[in-house]
Amino acid sequence: MTILTQLKEQITAQLPKLDMVIGWEQGYDALHATPLFMRAAEDVERLQIGPLSVHNTATYLTGLRNKKVGLVVKGCDSRAVVQLQQEGLIDRENVVVFGFPCDGVADLTKVRRLIGDVGRVEEVETTPTELRLRVDGREEQVAMSDVMADKCRRCQYPNALVHDHFAGKPREPHATSDDYTDVQEFESQSLETRFEHWKSEMSRCIRCYACRNACPMCVCRDHCIAQSRDPHWVTQDDMVREKWMFQVIHAMHLAGRCVECGECQRACPVDIPILALKRKMNKEIKEVFNYDAGVDPQAIPPLLSFQVEEENINERGW
Amino acid sequence: MAEAKYISNDKLTAWLDELAGKMRVIAPTRQGDAVVFAPYASGQSVELAQEATAPPKSVVFPASEDLLRYDYRKNPENLGQVDVELLPTISPEPTLVFGSRPCGVRGFLIFDRVYDGATYKDPYYLARREATLFATIACGQAENACFCHSVGSAPGDATGSDLLLTPIADGFVVEAVSDKGAQCLESSLLEAAGGKADEAKAFREKALQEMGEPQDFGPAQQKLLELFDDMGFWEDVSAKCISCGACTYLCPTCYCFNITDENAGLTGRRVRSWDNCMSFQFTLEASGHNPRPTKAHRLKNRVGHKFSYYPNLHDGIIACCGCGRCIKSCPVSVDIREIVTKAMAHQPPAVEEAAK
Ligand code: SF4
Ligand code: SF4
Ligand code: SF4
Ligand code: SF4
Ligand code: SF4
Repeated sequence: MTILTQLKEQITAQLPKLDMVIGWEQGYDALHATPLFMRAAEDVERLQIGPLSVHNTATYLTGLRNKKVGLVVKGCDSRAVVQLQQEGLIDRENVVVFGFPCDGVADLTKVRRLIGDVGRVEEVETTPTELRLRVDGREEQVAMSDVMADKCRRCQYPNALVHDHFAGKPREPHATSDDYTDVQEFESQSLETRFEHWKSEMSRCIRCYACRNACPMCVCRDHCIAQSRDPHWVTQDDMVREKWMFQVIHAMHLAGRCVECGECQRACPVDIPILALKRKMNKEIKEVFNYDAGVDPQAIPPLLSFQVEEENINERGW
Repeated sequence: MAEAKYISNDKLTAWLDELAGKMRVIAPTRQGDAVVFAPYASGQSVELAQEATAPPKSVVFPASEDLLRYDYRKNPENLGQVDVELLPTISPEPTLVFGSRPCGVRGFLIFDRVYDGATYKDPYYLARREATLFATIACGQAENACFCHSVGSAPGDATGSDLLLTPIADGFVVEAVSDKGAQCLESSLLEAAGGKADEAKAFREKALQEMGEPQDFGPAQQKLLELFDDMGFWEDVSAKCISCGACTYLCPTCYCFNITDENAGLTGRRVRSWDNCMSFQFTLEASGHNPRPTKAHRLKNRVGHKFSYYPNLHDGIIACCGCGRCIKSCPVSVDIREIVTKAMAHQPPAVEEAAK
């Protein structure tokens, strides 16, 4: 039995007890999956998992708090479930988690970089190592290793960290550690270079807040200080300063909470590489508190707790 | 109208440089992994092969603009008396938008009926609209998300443009659509198109034909009104929406704005900025009441406005030009075609029962 078949059986069995189960189905074309809200048994038929199931299903959880929700999760999605649970933002008993071993997802921006515009994809066949596409009448084969999302290359938790049901057998992690070399490399540049980088990248931001709303851990949403009229913290001007201000707000509010699912960056319609900001904060949290967000349901997130003497912060040494 | 011209690809940059000497040119430019309309810098490469990520909307309707500046002046004789001086800000530059697709330009025809209407004329919009020319490129092949032919347009539609460029062999056939456009053809870099004009026409017809049968969204006008109170329907179709602003801000026809006063001591600016109906704040009232409290209410408005309320006020014209941006740039691939189609096919549960 394939993993997908097993998953569908598990979901079908639980569905009568749940308001909905969230997974993925094919979207408007073969390359684009879309979140699937399964409510009736026949909806389960449309479920798809694999390299195109990019969305983090846990993003919907806080908006469905009074519902009984089933969630199909990749490893990174499950980290959001864990972190939400740690912060008391969801009621774990209202959530039924369906896990499966995740082989990694494709970054469609990388696919575009390799084969050009993907507006006319006619067919996609996925294998464990390849995406085979028919675009505009021509055949394109791209190796998964070339288009896999960066988060997957460094993924230590491809199997749902919490689950009530698991289809298939857990797989080996894609990586054993994360040394944040990307952040280190970026930081090795001069302050001016880094600042110019962000000014130039942020200039095309349209202030749509897709980055915020796609984030499973951004729970203020409708009440986010980036848009509140009163108090009026951030102006409505179309200026890099204001756009950048929000990215700093997002990164700071996610410090030690960001599970690096990459949804913020994936959701950005103009492809601004904003995950780097969250990676920077996580690197600091790791160094200071030795903490990884959304890994251990019993752990207390460092910025939600207080210790009189922090091990790695030498207060009197300043 | 002026005769059709032809420009070969290798002369395009020189022509753009020439045009840029006469007016501000805005062209699709690669920035990172996105293509956005930006001021053309002499000699730069322009991205004409595909539809740009963002449409040229902001050229005529900026993401934010100062409507006016104000200064409070205290009367030195009588400090209790304060005068306000209003300083106008509008000063549009003659501009050419080069390389938009037909849908990106047609968006302004939807704007025109609102900001250049019988009852209200928006001076800021009109000044920029008047100062802006469009040199549009006909599409050779529709993308999967495109449906311009179902909303009264076509991949070679020149409506609203001043020049139409059709890609042929190693260059473009350039045809004037307006008198202002014809003036741009007075360049020695352009040659007579001759027989290529017919090729261009055939190219455009083929592109339209390959899109297949258009879908008739006309019945949606009535059907969406009938579904207005069916929140179950709207909750269902909006379940996966994350309520962001990508679809509206990238839409060539979304024209809603917000106004904010930015005060700094005794001076300030009145800023008009894009707003969007998918945002919680859009209809949030000062009392705290929000008539559109959920994403279901808000998506209902986006779809309803485009396919029902606007057509209802404007001779049946659908306020969507079928560019597909809200579909392909949506982080969760919400498909407006699918929602309208579902709405048109929707039968109230009672009717379904009776039909059994
Ligand atoms: S980060 Fe890990 S769990 Fe998430 S998509 Fe990549 S491989 Fe799968
Ligand atoms: S900040 Fe980005 S990577 Fe981190 S949890 Fe939110 S969406 Fe995921
Ligand atoms: S998703 Fe991208 S464009 Fe939208 S607000 Fe975030 S950074 Fe800006
Ligand atoms: S339809 Fe898509 S782009 Fe529009 S608000 Fe919803 S999630 Fe965002
Ligand atoms: S509603 Fe969507 S398809 Fe229609 S014009 Fe706007 S962005 Fe384009």
